[in-house]
Amino acid sequence: MHEFEKHPDLPPPTSQMGVVGWLRKNLFSSIPNSIMTVIALYLLYLTIPAMVEWALINADWVGSSREACSSDGACWVFIYARINQFLYGFYPVEEQWRVNLGAAIFVVSLLLLVIRGVPGKAWIGGFTLLIFPVIAFFLFSGGIFGLEKISTSNWGGLMLTLILSTVGIVAALPFGILLALGRRSDMPIVRALCVSYIELWRGVPLITVLFMASVMLPLFLPSGVNFDKLLRALVGIALFQSAYVAEVVRGGLQAIAKGQSEAAASLGLNYRKTMALIVLPQALKVVIPGLVVTFIELFKDTTLVSIISLFDLLGIVQSALTDPSWLGFAIEGYVFAGLLYWVFCFGMSRYSMHLERRFETGHKGS
Amino acid sequence: MPEADSNAQTIAHSDAMIEIIGMHKWYGTFHVLKDINLTVNRGERIVVCGPSGSGKSTLIRCFNRLEEHQRGKILVEGMELTSETKKIETIRREVGMVFQHFNLFPHLTVLENCCLAPIWVGKQSRRDAEKAATRFLERVKIGDQAKKYPGQLSGGQQQRVAIARSLCMNPKIMLFDEPTSALDPEMIKEVLDVMVDLAEEGMTMVCVTHEMGFAKKVADRVIFMDEGQIVESNAPGEFFDNPQNERTKLFLSQILDH
Ligand SMILES: Nc1ncnc2c1ncn2[C@@H]1O[C@H](COP(=O)(O)OP(=O)(O)O)[C@@H](O)[C@H]1O
Ligand SMILES: [Mg+2]
Repeated sequence: MHEFEKHPDLPPPTSQMGVVGWLRKNLFSSIPNSIMTVIALYLLYLTIPAMVEWALINADWVGSSREACSSDGACWVFIYARINQFLYGFYPVEEQWRVNLGAAIFVVSLLLLVIRGVPGKAWIGGFTLLIFPVIAFFLFSGGIFGLEKISTSNWGGLMLTLILSTVGIVAALPFGILLALGRRSDMPIVRALCVSYIELWRGVPLITVLFMASVMLPLFLPSGVNFDKLLRALVGIALFQSAYVAEVVRGGLQAIAKGQSEAAASLGLNYRKTMALIVLPQALKVVIPGLVVTFIELFKDTTLVSIISLFDLLGIVQSALTDPSWLGFAIEGYVFAGLLYWVFCFGMSRYSMHLERRFETGHKGS
Repeated sequence: MPEADSNAQTIAHSDAMIEIIGMHKWYGTFHVLKDINLTVNRGERIVVCGPSGSGKSTLIRCFNRLEEHQRGKILVEGMELTSETKKIETIRREVGMVFQHFNLFPHLTVLENCCLAPIWVGKQSRRDAEKAATRFLERVKIGDQAKKYPGQLSGGQQQRVAIARSLCMNPKIMLFDEPTSALDPEMIKEVLDVMVDLAEEGMTMVCVTHEMGFAKKVADRVIFMDEGQIVESNAPGEFFDNPQNERTKLFLSQILDH
């Protein structure tokens, strides 16, 4: 008889690939792979050096007028000269501290919300969602506490882009969640209303919504009643966005097994608590990537407000391009705007990946 | 559970915990439960068995109205189950349920799973709820896993957490729907042991299970269901040694002979 012998645990084999091994395994593993690698390298060789030369090496960085741009590289002087407008629109320079203060409060609250282990998140969240918008509104528009009144038609640039998209996102999320729950309700009337709402808004392009909000809505309102144009755009964007949020959230709700709400119900939780504590936390976790996609789309779609002559980042860059003393620097303007949009969208997308990993608790609901 | 005991005394005028009178249920046009009459007395342990699709799950899910019945009456602690939401929620607080697939909340830790209902439904303080939950988790021999997520536990451990989660609400009756049939064989015993302990402490229980050893050990009554009807109901000794109905005999021969 053979004696059973326990085999000792061995360490895993160490790989000894090195740089050459890595290259061979990943870039030249087969003939098609090698061909692709060579083509990609050639394309990079064609574009990257030329771009670097234009944007960095031959570029003009210092100066205050177009005379400073004598080389054939990029003229960043143009951006530098206009940066204030690009960021704040026509908001008076001496009052811009108000915008900065508002932005600072917002960034600090967001950081407190995002950093793990900060106590009192419920209060910070409540402040950010409910109190901060009021503060920001009075801070930015003034006319109270001795602050100079600044009409929303002076708001513009990156500031306006951020206001439009944050308000759109923040207002659409709770409303969209309610719509998604309504669409799955047992009550036929609620369900029908939610379905019609969602399908109506998803059936029209945002540009139409904005146009209606700005041009048509005043026709229906009694004369004398006059909503701010920015406010109308904000309402339009929020209503539009909530329909998309609702559809994304609905997908998440469907992904959560029925057993979850049954278990909650059998413990005595009512519908509201079951949704708030059990179903929605799981459903929203599932749909983070989808939600971020709609948010990124909205962020970029806010550029459409130029149709109703609000000057968001892109709008203000475009109007600067028509300035006679700076003609011919369109590429610099668009590259700058594109870069800013990219930074924000890329940031959102990375944060969503981070969230997905952080909420991963091992298993999906059974 | 001292609170539960004193409560029980104040309303101990009747011994029936659950009373079902002439109950029928349909899924659409499919008549799934037919003329069910059943009384579950305080402290009684009932095992329900029968072929797959015979309506066992549907029956016990009617007890806490996870399923709605269309005809007849169901009384829990003398209170009739109707579509009144408040009443349903009250009854569900008193009736614990353990599912075949555990249905733990995957986004909450084991301890949070157990504390959720006591805090949000029972209005206990977090401290009290955690203290009680820790006690119940130790009782199902899983106290050391409190900080883990359900996904990190084995099936047997998850099912024991699910039992502890129900017990945290101090239920007066526990319903089990095939609690061991999703488990690997080596884990069945650890769950059954917990259920036997519970039965010996006097918990009223209705268990849908095919674990006949368990039935022989703890059941006061075994009920056999087929095609939506209660075919036979007897003490385990009689039920296994001297089944009356042909279908019961056939069923028993199928699950016992191999
Ligand atoms: N939600 C439902 N809708 C329609 N039919 C169902 C539903 N749930 C169960 N059934 C049917 O009812 C019958 C009884 O099911 P069930 O109570 O789960 O049986 P058991 O638990 O005894 O296996 C089965 O034929 C099943 O197909
Ligand atoms: Mg079943």
